[in-house]
Amino acid sequence: MAIAVEMPKMSDTMEEGVLVAWLANEGDAVSAGDVIAQVETDKATMDLEVYDDGVLLKKVIEAGASVPIGGLIAVLGKEGENPDDVLAQYGSGDGAAPTSGEAEAAEPEPAVADPEPSGDGASAPVPVTVADDGRVKASPLARRMAQDGGLDLRGVQGSGPEGRVVKRDVEAALAGSAPVAAPVSAPAPKPQPVAVPTPATPRPAPAPALPVGESADTPMSQMRKTIARRLAASKFTAPHFYLTMEVDMQATTALRKEMNAMQEAQGLGKISFNDFITKACAVALRRHPAVNSSWLEDEGVIRHHGAVHVAVAVAIDEGLVTPVVRNADQKGLAQIAAETKDLATRARDRQLDPSEWEGSTFTTSNLGMFGIEEFTAIINPPNACILAIGGIMDVPVVENGEVVPGKRMKVTLSCDHRVVDGATGAAFLGDVKRFLEDPMLMLL
Amino acid sequence: MAELQYREALRAAMTEEMERDENVFLMGEEVAEYDGAYKVSQGMLDQFGPKRIIDTPISENGFSGLGIGAAMMGLRPIIEFMTWNFTFVAFDQIVSNAAKVRYMSGGQLKVPIVFRGGNGGAGQLGATHSNSVEPFYANVPGLKIIAPSNPDDAKGLLKSAIRDDDPILFLESELMFGLKGEVSEEEDYLLPIGKARIAREGDAVTLVAHSKSYWLAMEAAEELAKQGVEATVIDPRTIRPFDFDAVVDSVKQTNRLVIVDESQPFGGIASEVAFQIQQRCFDFLDAPIARVTAKDTPAPYAKNLIEAWMPSVDEVIEASKKVLYMN
Repeated sequence: MAIAVEMPKMSDTMEEGVLVAWLANEGDAVSAGDVIAQVETDKATMDLEVYDDGVLLKKVIEAGASVPIGGLIAVLGKEGENPDDVLAQYGSGDGAAPTSGEAEAAEPEPAVADPEPSGDGASAPVPVTVADDGRVKASPLARRMAQDGGLDLRGVQGSGPEGRVVKRDVEAALAGSAPVAAPVSAPAPKPQPVAVPTPATPRPAPAPALPVGESADTPMSQMRKTIARRLAASKFTAPHFYLTMEVDMQATTALRKEMNAMQEAQGLGKISFNDFITKACAVALRRHPAVNSSWLEDEGVIRHHGAVHVAVAVAIDEGLVTPVVRNADQKGLAQIAAETKDLATRARDRQLDPSEWEGSTFTTSNLGMFGIEEFTAIINPPNACILAIGGIMDVPVVENGEVVPGKRMKVTLSCDHRVVDGATGAAFLGDVKRFLEDPMLMLL
Repeated sequence: MAELQYREALRAAMTEEMERDENVFLMGEEVAEYDGAYKVSQGMLDQFGPKRIIDTPISENGFSGLGIGAAMMGLRPIIEFMTWNFTFVAFDQIVSNAAKVRYMSGGQLKVPIVFRGGNGGAGQLGATHSNSVEPFYANVPGLKIIAPSNPDDAKGLLKSAIRDDDPILFLESELMFGLKGEVSEEEDYLLPIGKARIAREGDAVTLVAHSKSYWLAMEAAEELAKQGVEATVIDPRTIRPFDFDAVVDSVKQTNRLVIVDESQPFGGIASEVAFQIQQRCFDFLDAPIARVTAKDTPAPYAKNLIEAWMPSVDEVIEASKKVLYMN
């Protein structure tokens, strides 16, 4: 029988995906591991690989169409096989309710994107629980529990090896909780990093200048929808309060200058102010477990995370992503700098693997480079706090009765009051300030 | 209760049974004049005399056959092997005669005999003297195999073994002869053959381990408890017949199983337990069954290598975390 190719779940937050471009034509022979299309999820453009050998019998949706997870995208089979039985199984001849997408005209001939990826074809970009032949990897117990509970395992994200659905996943699904972030202290095995071929993805052309007075409608991208959903949920459910402190950045400025001279001498990249702040937050988080926590409504617990994973908000074309510097409390400044730079670069190219933006325990957002003095940020769930960082300003300060030039930066901590109280947040912020004003303290 | 060494518990069991039944006798290398190679039979020659405590030449095949013949004729011999490594020269007597006579005679003859001695690795003894023989003999229908981990079980099970009408292989350990433990002073203390002991109860993972390995499992369980993981530890005590029901009951609660077994992995005891459990409670397993065994090579001699070769507490902890998806 012919084989259905479904929209895979490519990230925790993904609900549907847009098929950006087809890389194979009907009638083409494909083998397991071949990339047949590119899919835009809420955060990245990813390759859609097939898991079987055969012929691409039918493209069920057009480029630009949006399909929910599990929706039919294509049918594979033997040469000359009839795809109708698969199409019938999915309800209609024209696939899973494709919604109209960008104008097809925007799709140029895909500049050959390596149609035969080299040998490593077996590696899937994400731990997809459901292989596209519909088989679900699940432990025997998980299967029995799902059957007893009337749960369809195809909708459950597995946290076991190779995406295996295990007891805890079924329990979470039955309890109705979204399968978010596995316990951070015991991260699920990382999916193998995949070298995503440089995207031949058609970039949306810059919007033509509008004649004065005319409005234009743009379809909501997956990323904008995700931002809307997650941040609205955060702001509506987490009672935010805000703490602002001014930090004297004189010592950090001096130390940074010294360290960057050493970095340069070794041919290494520069350490940014933001890297110092990441480090300061990480070390302070280690001392304030209450801040390094999550309110987990569905589980009825507040989890103090065992590891300190600091996410750094990165602005990209259509929105923002928050790649994570893992175990930042245990890393040196040079390493934090190198990792952050790499993550930010790849984020802008939309080449991050979902595992790289999942599992944070704290987030920072820096608008200093845009001349912002101070601002408040919305908490990135399931974090308990986010630090909004303003620019370092040259200001006159009074020292020993004299006005002298000073360097000051304002930071604002948004706290989820369900987890963190005022005094707790203030103590944490006080430590961040102390580490930045005397940076040797956090390097010891 | 009295505190006894493992060897003293074995001696107490043999002495009590010999006092109770004049058909019971002990035969083996150095058991009489030398008081036993590992002093298990110390003082027994003085108590029972040379007719019932019998020294043999180095001739395992010969005195095993002699014992089997005596058992067929109505006596109840206890045959001591210095270690189980030396039974390979008596393999034919044990496998072809002791195990098969009752079956082949249509039940006219029985072989109430106990073969006992030290089994398994005991330090730097080299490849030929470090065998765990459970898998070899457990493969033979007609033999019962007992491997107690502590003095109390050693006494209660050896007494039951001597009274049993079938041939029994009783596996001890050179490293455990000095192990002390509380032993019941109940008169006629008999423990049932084929019944496991639940040594520790927890809901996270089931550890199954016999003989010396039992102690590794217990130590691993204590370490895991410090990390918030409560393990059930089951000591099967008898290898054949094996108390699979006890393991099934526990796995239905914990959904995870780790088997610790000092014998070789290929076709070993752990393999059979894993097979039986997946067969009997497949739908209760949340992770593939794990096992910790000796490595699949001849036992090395060097100290660091034999330590790496033998199962360790760390390996048991690691395997437990794996089935718990904690790694």
